[in-house]
Amino acid sequence: MQLTDNDRDMLGGGLGPAVKTSMELVMAIGEAAGAHRLIDISAAHVDGSLYHGLATLEFAERLAGDEGQVRVPTTLNVTALDLLHPELYRGDEEVAAQQRKQIVAYLAMGCQPTWTCAPYQLPDPPQFGDQVAWGESNAIVYANSVIGARTNRYGDFLDICCALTGRAPYVGLHTDEGRRATLVIELEVPDEWLDNDLVYPVLGHLVGELAGDDVPVIIGLDHRASTDRLKALGAAAASSGAVGMFHAVGVTPEAPDLETSLQGMTPDRVFSLDEGSLREGLAELSSAHSRLGAVCLGTPHASMAELHSLVELARGRESRVPFYVNTARHIYQEAQESGLASELEAFGAIVVVDTCTYITPILEPVDGAVMTNSGKWAYYAPANLGVDVILGTQADCVESAVTGEIVIGGPW
Amino acid sequence: MNQARALVAGEAEGELVVLDEPLSFWGGYDPVRGVIIEPGHPQQGVSLAGKIVAMAHGKGSSSSASVLAESLRQGTGPAGLVLEKPDQILVIGSLVAGMLYDVVCPVVVGVIPDPATGTWRLGGEGLRPAS
Repeated sequence: MQLTDNDRDMLGGGLGPAVKTSMELVMAIGEAAGAHRLIDISAAHVDGSLYHGLATLEFAERLAGDEGQVRVPTTLNVTALDLLHPELYRGDEEVAAQQRKQIVAYLAMGCQPTWTCAPYQLPDPPQFGDQVAWGESNAIVYANSVIGARTNRYGDFLDICCALTGRAPYVGLHTDEGRRATLVIELEVPDEWLDNDLVYPVLGHLVGELAGDDVPVIIGLDHRASTDRLKALGAAAASSGAVGMFHAVGVTPEAPDLETSLQGMTPDRVFSLDEGSLREGLAELSSAHSRLGAVCLGTPHASMAELHSLVELARGRESRVPFYVNTARHIYQEAQESGLASELEAFGAIVVVDTCTYITPILEPVDGAVMTNSGKWAYYAPANLGVDVILGTQADCVESAVTGEIVIGGPW
Repeated sequence: MNQARALVAGEAEGELVVLDEPLSFWGGYDPVRGVIIEPGHPQQGVSLAGKIVAMAHGKGSSSSASVLAESLRQGTGPAGLVLEKPDQILVIGSLVAGMLYDVVCPVVVGVIPDPATGTWRLGGEGLRPAS
């Protein structure tokens, strides 16, 4: 691998032991991935803030103890705790104590206490063409696909190493050729299906299963694929598959047409998905449970627009079941200032920040299935929490919560 | 020819488990019990502790690196990994466990044998039947 003088200095320990350790890991990954050089990154998003056991804490404490300091603006992903509402955490106190230590270590390294899985919703997100090192699978796919920024799928540990060195291996989705779509997925459903929010996470789930870790291009979406719908699609695709980027012809910035997304080459694989495929995808994510136990929205963290539409649906009504909404603390603050938060509370919603209801024990024991609008939540919660899941739109979730009966609208 | 490439160097020996579908260690593997917990995974309930694990590629959350490292710390992780395609997330999980706990879990891109029964040795040249 070609190294700059600065790279060599970092590797030799000239910038301290934390940078040396980080550079060794960045290099090892670069060599594993076949990179010939490293590039500067302009920002990092660190997924390693979530406590997963002593290994994650001891790694962070090693780097912080060696006086590591981030060299680029670095945001932090969720933790196991809602730091603003600590009483919501129902898990093991020992884990909470270890999580707090891990938080201290990452803050000591100069990371920003953003605690969100949707860093693209923060002020000053990366712009088209920016080279960044992001962790968190839904954030990675959003950055690449919707913004057109460039990041590989950074995992825990490597993300902070890139932040401490400001460098990343130039390979994969950082390069032009790595962003070429190699499989085509043609969506062939009646036009009105594209008006239904549920189509997007279900499509994402199927795209992830088909694509694996390849870059797919989707044909058949249009302007109705809003950023929040693309967010839902990408999050689901990055759960069922290792998708780091997708194109949608006429929708995402690097796919003005099919040829551009394929970079003029022939795709390796071509699929088409119709109503039957989508119904099967929905069935994979949704149980046949008939009793509603709770509702969980906001995976990835709800945007301001999603909170607005939720309040429009919920105004003057009241949920009959526990109703959780995950969002980022900066969005929650805006919701408090604009009065949205109090409207949500009047409906009976419990707003959760800094974490997410599928990664940590927050839900009260539920009698029945949990309804969500998130393909990602539906994909992971059965194993993580041992609950049955029903997937519906945000509107379905509100109707169901108000009536106490599971309601799925739309063309399904 | 077995065109193998070591992403994480080292030697391992153990029973080979070929996963019929890719596994996300995060959300899909319990590092305390050392078993696959992903619902609907064809090998749900199967232990990977001390096994050489072969799969086509990684998938899902970037937190899989942490869960792999934590399982290696607890001694419930795989002895080695064989992949058909490189996966940075699994490589970093193995490297960090090596750095913090001196655990060696080689990660190799190579050919997954069929049939795959018995004990195998994994190293820089890929998989070889043991003895």
